Amino acid sequence: MSQELQAPGIRHMFSRAYFCLPHAHRNHLQQQVASMRRSLFDQGYLDEQFIQLEELQDDANPDFVEEVVTLFYSDSARLIQSIEQALTSRPINFARLDDYMHQFKGSSSSIGAKKVRTACTPFGEYCSEENAEGCIRAFQQIKQEYATLKRKLETYFQMVK
Amino acid sequence: MVESGFSSPRADVFPAGLRVLVVDDDPTWLKILEKMLKKCSYEVTTCCLARDALNKLREKKDGFDIVISDVNMPDMDGFKLLEHVGLEMDLPVIMMSVDGETSRVMKGVQHGACDYLLKPIRMKELRNIWQHVFRKRIHEVRDIESLEGLEIIHMTRSGSDLSDDGSLFSEDTTSAKKRKDAESKHDGKDFTDLSSTKKARVVWSVDLHQKFVKAVNQIGFDKVGPKKILDLMNVPWLSRENVASHLQKYRLYLSRLQKENDTKNSFLGTKHADSPPKDSAGSFGLKNSTNIHQNDVSCGSYGFPVSNSLVQNIDISGHEGDQKGTASVPGADTKGALSVDVPGPHKATCSQMCFDRSFAPIDSALSYASFDSTIPTGYPWSGIPEIQFSQEGKPLDLDNCFNQLPLPSPQRHSQTEYRQPPPPISSRPSITERDVSTSVDVKPSFDDCRGNCINHYNPFPVQKSQTLTSQGFESISATTLNMKGQGVSLNCLTDWEPVQKNVNWGIGAPFAPLDEDLQVYWLQGDCYAMNLGLQNLDFIDYNDPTLFTEVPSLFYDALRFDHEPLFDPAESSVIDQGLFIA
Repeated sequence: MSQELQAPGIRHMFSRAYFCLPHAHRNHLQQQVASMRRSLFDQGYLDEQFIQLEELQDDANPDFVEEVVTLFYSDSARLIQSIEQALTSRPINFARLDDYMHQFKGSSSSIGAKKVRTACTPFGEYCSEENAEGCIRAFQQIKQEYATLKRKLETYFQMVK
Repeated sequence: MVESGFSSPRADVFPAGLRVLVVDDDPTWLKILEKMLKKCSYEVTTCCLARDALNKLREKKDGFDIVISDVNMPDMDGFKLLEHVGLEMDLPVIMMSVDGETSRVMKGVQHGACDYLLKPIRMKELRNIWQHVFRKRIHEVRDIESLEGLEIIHMTRSGSDLSDDGSLFSEDTTSAKKRKDAESKHDGKDFTDLSSTKKARVVWSVDLHQKFVKAVNQIGFDKVGPKKILDLMNVPWLSRENVASHLQKYRLYLSRLQKENDTKNSFLGTKHADSPPKDSAGSFGLKNSTNIHQNDVSCGSYGFPVSNSLVQNIDISGHEGDQKGTASVPGADTKGALSVDVPGPHKATCSQMCFDRSFAPIDSALSYASFDSTIPTGYPWSGIPEIQFSQEGKPLDLDNCFNQLPLPSPQRHSQTEYRQPPPPISSRPSITERDVSTSVDVKPSFDDCRGNCINHYNPFPVQKSQTLTSQGFESISATTLNMKGQGVSLNCLTDWEPVQKNVNWGIGAPFAPLDEDLQVYWLQGDCYAMNLGLQNLDFIDYNDPTLFTEVPSLFYDALRFDHEPLFDPAESSVIDQGLFIA
């Protein structure tokens, strides 16, 4: 089933055809969605804030959660870039880095990106120690978590649709 | 962005319809908070820049009930925004941040935040924000009611300290209305009424302003708030709202001064040495007072502390002789309002320039420039000249005004607002000499005139100081003080009746950039007061939102103005005092 989901054509067909599927199939899909969602929480990718977003979703904003996540990723992309630049400049301006990190942390807390937010802590520490090496390494970790979550959420939203 | 339309909240369904302004540079959070607040049935307006937020708040007075702002923002520190809002609009402000460090939270509280939320924020935390609004309203009501009682007592007194009965009565009516509003407020409804209550037209006499500044200094600029000031001032008939709006102006004025100072590096070299222009102490006015005392001296006791922060005490000093002049303010002196002795050319009295009728003599000294400010500061001039600021793009013509001031002509000049070049002030003979000099450019003459003029100039702390301190005049002259090319023709408007007396604030250089629009309306013959060292001048500070915007960061930095460029710190503080007219 997941294979099918990943194939664009099939996925597309799938979403439109969702309601044409027999009940059992629909159930199955719902279960898939539910289990993926659960795993995102269990594995620590998301925290309670994500649930807050889900609770905010209503008829007036039926795609609220996805909209917020999309907004987060597009807005934080520039922050990521700023941090990259700051890390490559010499000498490194740690105060500015710390500032960016602070913003990034605040932003990622908005969607409940737990692992991403947690990865910001060592970065902050290295920053205050003015440890360039440490900052660079920590940032790599942040980017990884950031990308992983993005993939998972994209998949998830596809399923939900 | 949700536009609530600035409608009045519906009291019957409170807290639903609470008008919230959310400020956060993070678009994701802005979206989330907006949705959360909407779910609480609040009316939400969003902003991603602090400056925008302030503009919105200023555009619609009473358009919002509460402000929620993030601490870290690109264009302005969240704490500064917080201070501004508290001072200008006196709205409850909630701070937010992902950083929950105790020191940060404490800072928030110190700056007046009524709450500090940590991100990620839960919706239930937002649901309860209405309590802050409600609490504030209740306190306002209490203040009003207590004032009502006091007012009655006050009215039974001979009221000699009130030069204008008119204002008292008007105050009375307003108070009655307020009381009514307050009562209904208690019922839990009618929030609208309270917020829309007409503020009584208060005439900020020199005396009154002096008290005000003293209170501000005592409390400490950082912690100042209308209620605290009101309590300290102990003026029964004054309402908290009056104080709040006066305070707002004062702050704007100071910030403007600060900005001026910052931008203008040429400092008039005021004699006052001590109070460093930037007094980061943040005690607004506190520093000034210190300075003033230091400097002053020759003149008599300076009645009120000059707020340092903004106004650099223009120490006209150096002129002992001058001081005399001022000190000699004619016996006409006035009256109680002029309680402040002119400490000397500089001192702070400037801020207190309040033209008190009693000063009669100073009549023409003032030239007004109308100062259009978004915040109308009309004070009924009943007996007490009011200085109204209306902003005009004109540079400060204070200089001119000051020059003219010394004329003690008892008559009241009715001065209508001046727009642009202030009318020449004819009346004073002494001024005429100074005329030319008065403008900033005229520094040299100014010095000459010092003897006469200086005293006069005192009242205009800001501007005058610059001019006053002859040395530093260059900077000033260049800027504002020149009254648009007019000589010093400060006409002390004979009748100050019209409330709008605009005085051109030619605050020295420092203000040049900022205040093209600052015009101080000198009401009345307080010019005389100016001679005295401005004690009697009640300056209405500038309500210049644009100015404000320009110097948002300075606003609170006012306390730490680096007035060096402009003039002696000491002087500036004096000037601050004097110039502020609310």
